[in-house]
Amino acid sequence: MNDYIYDIEAIRADFPVLSRFVHDKKLVYLDNAATTQKPQQVIDAVSNYYTNYNSNIHRGVHKLSQEATVGHERARKIIKNFLNAASEAEIIFTRGTTESINLVASSFGQKFIHENDEILISAMEHHSNIVPWQILCEQKKSKLKVIPINDEGEIIFEEFEKLLNPKVKIVSIVHISNSLGTINPIKKIIDYSHKLGIPVLVDAAQSVQHQKINVRELGCDFLVLSGHKIYGPTGIGVLYGKKELLNSMPPYQGGGDMILSVSFEKTIYNELPYKFEAGTPNIVGAIGMGAAIEYIESIGLENIQNHETQLLTYATKRLLDIPGLKIIGTAAEKSAVISFVLDFVHPHDVGTFLDLEGVAIRTGHHCTEPVMRRFKVPATSRVSFGIYNTAEEIDILAASIENVINLFN
Amino acid sequence: MNALKELYQQTILDHNKNPRNFGELEVCNHCAEGHNPLCGDHIDVFMNIENDIIVDVKFKGAGCAISKASASIMTTILKGKRIEEARRLFESFHDAVTSDPNSTIDEMNLGKLAVFCGVREFPARVKCASLAWHTMINALANEELLMVKA
Repeated sequence: MNDYIYDIEAIRADFPVLSRFVHDKKLVYLDNAATTQKPQQVIDAVSNYYTNYNSNIHRGVHKLSQEATVGHERARKIIKNFLNAASEAEIIFTRGTTESINLVASSFGQKFIHENDEILISAMEHHSNIVPWQILCEQKKSKLKVIPINDEGEIIFEEFEKLLNPKVKIVSIVHISNSLGTINPIKKIIDYSHKLGIPVLVDAAQSVQHQKINVRELGCDFLVLSGHKIYGPTGIGVLYGKKELLNSMPPYQGGGDMILSVSFEKTIYNELPYKFEAGTPNIVGAIGMGAAIEYIESIGLENIQNHETQLLTYATKRLLDIPGLKIIGTAAEKSAVISFVLDFVHPHDVGTFLDLEGVAIRTGHHCTEPVMRRFKVPATSRVSFGIYNTAEEIDILAASIENVINLFN
Repeated sequence: MNALKELYQQTILDHNKNPRNFGELEVCNHCAEGHNPLCGDHIDVFMNIENDIIVDVKFKGAGCAISKASASIMTTILKGKRIEEARRLFESFHDAVTSDPNSTIDEMNLGKLAVFCGVREFPARVKCASLAWHTMINALANEELLMVKA
C-alpha cells in the first residue's frame, strides 16, 4: 500500500457538473459505464484549443497549425505512455471503441479472414463487438463462434479452450463487461490464443479507467478504448495495434492525411499511424483525451482501483440487504458495475423514479441483448461507479430503491 | 414528487399489478407484435374484429408499469368500439402524451386515458405509453391475416 490519501472532496471539486441539482435534488451520478463526467482540466484543455490555437494539423506552415499539430501529437504520446505501447505509430485515433473494432473487422478481416474461418467472441460482448464481426462473416462466409458464460456471468474457460482451433483467425473479447461488471482473464486468454498463433483484440472500453493496462505485458495484438468513458470528450477513441500487424493491414478509409502521394494512376499510403487516419481528425477530442489521461494519472490508477473496489463492496452489501433485489452478474472478479432487477418493479420505472431523486442510472439492455437473454431478463437497472462517487451516494441510492419498492407495493 | 404522482397514478399502478384482458384470444383475426428495442419492452395485441367492430381484444407481453397499464386500459376501452373510433382514440392519446407540458389538455375528450397525461412530463417514457397503441394500429392494418383467417 502507498501513503496516498484519496481526497474525494478535492476530486469532486474538479467536476463542475457534480454540484448541480436535478429535480431539486443534488445530482448523484451513477451512470459512469455509459459515460463519465468531465473534470475542469479537460474542459479547460478543450476550451483553450478553441480559444487560442484552433487550426488544422499536419499541413499548415503557420504558427497556429504548428501548435495544433504539437497538441494533437502530444496527446498521442500521452496515450502511448498510458498503455505502454512500443511507439506512437501503434496509436491510431478513431471516433471511439466502436469505430476501432469496425476498423479491425474491416481491415484485418479483408486481409486475413476467409471462407470458413472462425472469429471467436464471448457471450458477454457489447453489440459493438458482435455486429462488426457479423457484417464481416456475411461478406466472407466466415463463422462467428461464441464462448458461453456461466450463471455468475463468467467465461467458461474450458469451453473457450474447446473452441480454440486453427480455423480461428481472431479472438475479440471484452476485458470488463459493461452490463455484468465481470473482469475477464484476458492475459490467460491471450496466452492460450497465442499458442495457436491467433491474434487477440481486447475491448478495454470499461477497463482502462479502472485499472492499469500495459499492452506489452498483456501481449494483446489490438486494444480499443473510448475517450468519453475515461473522463475525456466524446467522439474520440483509440485503436492500439502491434506495428507489424497494422503495417500488414490495408487502409480502412481513403482520404487526406492517410496518403504520401496521390495520382490517378497510383496512390502511396502514409506510414503508421496516419495510414488509418483519413480526413481531418477530431483534434480537440484527442487533446481533451490526453488531458483526461493526465488527470486520472495524477490520481493514480492503483488509487482509483482501490477506491472503486471499496465502493463496489459497500454498494453490493447495501443492495443485497434490500428484499426482492437480485444482482445479475456475480463474478468473483468484478469491476464497480452492478446490474440488478427487482421482483415487482420494472427497470424503467426504477430509472424514472431514481431520476426524480436526483440519481442517474442506466436502465435497459445496455447494448448487450444476448446477456439479457442469457439471464432471462428483459432489462436491468445498472449502477456504475467512477472516481468521484461516495458511500453517501450509495446510501441515497439504496434509500431510493427502497422507496420505489414501497410505491409499487 | 408531484410529477411522479401524476405519472404513477393509482389507476396505473393498479392496472400494472392486475392487468385486464391479459392473454391470447381464442378467436382472433387481427394481431401484431410490438417491440421497443431500446428497452426490451415487448407486447402482442390480439383482436377479433367483425363488421368493423372490435368484438374482443387481449394482450400479452412484458414491460414497465407504464407500458403494461397502457395496454391494459387500452383493451378495456377498445372493446365494442368501431375501427375508426379506435383510430381516433389513438390520435387523441398520441397527441396528449406528446403535447407540450405547458399546454392544456381536453381531459373530458380523453376519458379514462386522461390518467396518462402525466407521461408528457417524461419524454423518455412516451414510447412506453404508446407501444400498445402503435401495436394495435399495426394489428388493424394486418389485413392479410384477416383474409387468411376469415
